Amino acid sequence: MSRHVLSLLVEDKPGILTRVAALFARRGFNIESLAVGTTELVGLSRITVVVSVEGAALEQVTKQINKLINVIKVVELDADQAVQRDHMLIKVRTDASTRSAVLEAVTLFRARVIDVVSDALIIEVTGDTAKCAAFLKVLEPFGIKELVQSGVLAIGRGSKSITEKVLK
Amino acid sequence: MANEVLTGAAAIVRSLEMLGVEHIFGLPGGAILPTYDPLMDSTKIRHILVRHEQGAGHAAEGYASASGRLGVCIATSGPGATNLVTAIADAYMDSVPLLAITGQVGSKLIGTDAFQEADIVGITMPITKHSFLVTNAADVPQTIAAAVQIATTGRPGPVLVDVTKDAQQGLAEFVWPPKVDLAGYKPVTKPHGKQIQAAAQMIAESKKPVLYVGGGVIRSGAHKELLKFAEQIGAPVVTTLMARGAFPDSHKQNLGMPGMHGTVPAVTALQKSDLLITLGARFDDRVTGDVKSFATGAKVIHVDIDPAEIGKIRFADVPIVGDAKEVITELIAEMPSAMKAAKYDIKEWWSFVGGLVERYPLGYTKEDDGKLSPQLVIKRIGELSGPEAIFAAGVGQHQMWSAQFIKYERPNSWLNSGGAGTMGYAVPAAMGAKVAQPDRLVWAIDGDGCFQMTNQELATCALNNIPIKVAVINNSSLGMVRQWQTLFYNSRYSNTDLHTGTDEVMIPDFVKLADAYGCLAIRVEKEEDIDAAIKLAIATNDRPVVIDFIVSRDAMVWPMVAAGLSNDEVQYARDAAPIWDGRE
Repeated sequence: MSRHVLSLLVEDKPGILTRVAALFARRGFNIESLAVGTTELVGLSRITVVVSVEGAALEQVTKQINKLINVIKVVELDADQAVQRDHMLIKVRTDASTRSAVLEAVTLFRARVIDVVSDALIIEVTGDTAKCAAFLKVLEPFGIKELVQSGVLAIGRGSKSITEKVLK
Repeated sequence: MANEVLTGAAAIVRSLEMLGVEHIFGLPGGAILPTYDPLMDSTKIRHILVRHEQGAGHAAEGYASASGRLGVCIATSGPGATNLVTAIADAYMDSVPLLAITGQVGSKLIGTDAFQEADIVGITMPITKHSFLVTNAADVPQTIAAAVQIATTGRPGPVLVDVTKDAQQGLAEFVWPPKVDLAGYKPVTKPHGKQIQAAAQMIAESKKPVLYVGGGVIRSGAHKELLKFAEQIGAPVVTTLMARGAFPDSHKQNLGMPGMHGTVPAVTALQKSDLLITLGARFDDRVTGDVKSFATGAKVIHVDIDPAEIGKIRFADVPIVGDAKEVITELIAEMPSAMKAAKYDIKEWWSFVGGLVERYPLGYTKEDDGKLSPQLVIKRIGELSGPEAIFAAGVGQHQMWSAQFIKYERPNSWLNSGGAGTMGYAVPAAMGAKVAQPDRLVWAIDGDGCFQMTNQELATCALNNIPIKVAVINNSSLGMVRQWQTLFYNSRYSNTDLHTGTDEVMIPDFVKLADAYGCLAIRVEKEEDIDAAIKLAIATNDRPVVIDFIVSRDAMVWPMVAAGLSNDEVQYARDAAPIWDGRE
């Protein structure tokens, strides 16, 4: 099994997310993470999907996704050719005795404190999956009360854009 | 000049007219009522009122498969739409160009569990090429045009257009031709030149090639090109269940159908081949048997218009994405120089294949219960009707015998439910085929099980002057299931008796049933009466005909490769495996 980041350029039509998600389920793939949002072009959205699959199976699911009428383009973004980022919001239990240690970790990981109350902090962190996992590990002993995270976002390195060819 | 203002309903009808649609099969209901009103006035479109929406779906499929044109069916919301689901799934599996139009509850009622509301777009997502929900009258023309474009181009398939009642009632300017923008839909039809060269070279260097021909050749209309190409390279040809008729059965290179019930020569030629020239076929499990042991010594050239089929089941040494017609045309041009350079020679291969053809012809043995041999009945229907006729089958033993014992000489003469295996396909599909090709003789060859699923469309045929012929191959049981019970379940016949035979309670009596539907009804129990009944059916064109052929229930379909076994295990008849000599 290997982990793959797929980036889909899609038409912003009703049901597109269902079509994509259902196709993965139907073909027996588990989606590890999913992120959807509009792009720089009106009417086009970008879906970033992380899946764990066998090599040949990935090609089959990519081809099947390409057959969806509202999908314009599918690319796999390799880790070394693309920037990948997770985004997390973490509510950590703190008190006077632990707050400074938590804040030190926040600085080390270049995270940010968003909200402070007497017994907790809300921290925001972005980074690749490994960095975010490491940060969580550091925070765990203090007590993580709540955690929310976005799906992985990914974009190819360099000046080229996957929307370029679509524009013409 | 200003554009005409139409209701969404009138725009549906007008759009279909503009796209050349001449026949629609359907049944009205609340949410589609607005569209049925302008449909009544159309002089270009004939609507045929079915008795069940599934019948409308299969009729549209039969219409499309017999003519190569788009089939159109229409139904109301909720149960009307869900009754289309089986036919839509069937069309998806067999790549049939089908447009299904459904009414939907008003857009403000969507999501409220309104009367006859069903999320048919959601329900059909996995079984359509695409589906649309229209909530605005102005969107009707472009949506219908886009739906037809998607259904009929690339790999054909079913497309559903669900139109809310308010979108049908609303007013909008009718703009034609509409702007159809399908940014994500660009089917590739022209093959890559380098791949054509690679394929030609691989063919020329092969010693044991086989043309493995699938339904894509028929959908593409590439039969003429195939004939030329096959004669050019002289290779044996096998035609899958979906491709019967793509290559003439009378041609000496045609080994017949491969697969679970394929001929021994076809199954074995694939197994022993060194190159499968795969044209519009998809390595279905009913063809390959156990995939790991399928044609292990063969390289694969795989031609398909759908890139997702290539490499799905079997690795392709030379993958070619393109329309079969264009690909074969380019291959024909490339072959002479490649064959010359490689000193192409397959004489030795033919001496092996020819031996198989000689030793293992298709055949059957008569059972001793005094009933008719189903194989003989079907064979005679084929022989007396000739190659210009159309034959639609249901699913099961009678389907396999129809694929084996009727000789097909032209594409679109054999209609069946190949991928989905839908019992009940035959009668409505034959009805649709007869509407599409009124001058052709059209048979539904059906089983007593299948026939009871959709025979209500005999009323539609009788009332609308659609004189199809139905041959019920009546063995009083779910024959194929019974065959498996005989072979693999110690002859324990769990729930396969249908009691329709002459020495049973005969419920129903098919002759009485057909008579009640206004058909000419005939029962045949003796071998000497078979021909006369078929001839009478062929001569009767003022009403549909139903012949109840009382056949032996112990007759079985041979040859057979049991499910999941290797094709090396093909059984010529029960307990009779082919005998191999040293040449294989």
